[in-house]
Amino acid sequence: MSLAEAIAAAMHDGDTVAMEGFTHLIPHAAGHEVIRQRRRDLTLVRMTPDIIYDQMIGAGCARKLVFSWAGNPGVGSLHRFRDAVEHGWPAPLEIEEHSHAGMANRYAAGASGLPFAILRGYRGTSLPSQTAGVAEVTCPFTGETLTAVSALRPDVAVIHAQRADPLGNVQYWGITGVQKECVLAAARSVVTVEEIVDELDPRPGAVVLPSWAVTYIAAVPGGAHPSYALGYSARDNDFYMAWDAISRDRALFGAWLDEHVYRAGGAAPVANTVLAGDTRSAR
Amino acid sequence: MSEPSERGETALSYTADEMMTVTAARALRDGMTCFVGIGRPSEAANLARATHAPNLVLIYESGTIGAKPGALPLSIGDGILAETADSVVSVPEIFNYWLQPGRIDVGFLGAAQLDKSGNINTTVIGPDYADPRVRLPGAGGAPEIAAACREVIVVIKQSRRAFVDHVDFVTSVGFGDGPGSRQRLGLTGAGPRRIITDLGVLEPDPDTCEFVLTGTYPGVSVADIKGRTGWDLQVGRDLSELPSPSPAELAALRGLIATMPAAVAGGAPPAAGAPAEGAVR
Repeated sequence: MSLAEAIAAAMHDGDTVAMEGFTHLIPHAAGHEVIRQRRRDLTLVRMTPDIIYDQMIGAGCARKLVFSWAGNPGVGSLHRFRDAVEHGWPAPLEIEEHSHAGMANRYAAGASGLPFAILRGYRGTSLPSQTAGVAEVTCPFTGETLTAVSALRPDVAVIHAQRADPLGNVQYWGITGVQKECVLAAARSVVTVEEIVDELDPRPGAVVLPSWAVTYIAAVPGGAHPSYALGYSARDNDFYMAWDAISRDRALFGAWLDEHVYRAGGAAPVANTVLAGDTRSAR
Repeated sequence: MSEPSERGETALSYTADEMMTVTAARALRDGMTCFVGIGRPSEAANLARATHAPNLVLIYESGTIGAKPGALPLSIGDGILAETADSVVSVPEIFNYWLQPGRIDVGFLGAAQLDKSGNINTTVIGPDYADPRVRLPGAGGAPEIAAACREVIVVIKQSRRAFVDHVDFVTSVGFGDGPGSRQRLGLTGAGPRRIITDLGVLEPDPDTCEFVLTGTYPGVSVADIKGRTGWDLQVGRDLSELPSPSPAELAALRGLIATMPAAVAGGAPPAAGAPAEGAVR
């Protein structure tokens, strides 16, 4: 199955989609495929929208964004995101914002099959007044007031990993972010990988997702660029800085999108694992 | 800015930005554990590690604990942080197991806007959240860093626009409404102990929790600083002039900056109305 086929099978207009990867292993190639397939009215979920969602928002894929930090790391603003929020271009964007700790716990609750998670957070901030899904709860044992955040249960999780084996087991290492929780919280998942190897030999700190916990896999070497895959590529900091000028201007952005996404075609398809069905536990 | 060295050495030229970063680095003690925001806090923390605090433990919200980067990272998730870390943990783990219980000595944050009680806004500028004048990046890890670290240091360039009486949006709590606020909210850390700017240093008055001027840089007058503060800034009883950067500090800082990509090291101007410093990570 190619990346194009995997996205077509997994993702539909109106879906809630979480494409994760905390600075490292961001599934950019999959994001471009979503843009090419002109998915619309998506609720996009991601802790750090980053360039990948800046592109998808600017391309008109999103109706709503659920996030905790929408900047270009170390560079400045995400201009397509700001244009959507401040001027409704190319379409109004509903937002739901949290803190990182809140989002991480929302994914963990989703992965755990729980309706909410508990943390010490948000107290005294203006966030709860603008964000649904944040509430105070009282500890039944100590009486302490804590914060509850509602679980995230995306229709589709999309991540990029270093490797998979022919059976469809997925392995990634380095900064592992929130991808495990994201995949386990979602009904379906698409995983792009740098390569398929015969055997997943151990790597320090690696996470392995067993094949039966993953829905679709496609080999897309370099699929994280301009993010990176530790051991395979380096973060393209020059691109992150160049994006500031490209994304600042609607016409320049449109030309970039046309050349590098719409006319770029898909990544070379590599046959791979397909496991049908809802990978969440039955409930 | 160009000031003679106080130590009688050859006069050194340095910028206000360099003075700010050096002052911020000096605020960190060797052996501390430090939750580091990206940008200037990261520059200062790495400068401290390269000079007086070689055993400073740098923790980034990407889950890298004890990172020892030889070059300054552009993001909190650059590969060099993972490759040099003592331990790399998941994002839920860094917030739940490491930050939340109060294990970390100091949180080192930037800000777009802050008020006299040390409350930080990195979300929206303007009175209407639904129709903001400027949309900033948002919270990131800052609310829980500000709540749970044993203490917090804020590094921010000073201007009337950034230093306001009340922030438009409380993204991260400093002293809330004033004395007793943090206790009532159940915030476990002590809160902001120092605001380090490009003009001087502010610290909270122990009785009112209002930030007052306690340190000025060489060549900067109290009037200059009041003129770039949006509230009626009071002067602390023990106002002192802080020493200018030493040759060793300046050399180490410039060496670190030289490891950054050119456009950032050259100080790419932030978008109009959108301080790049708004990036709290």
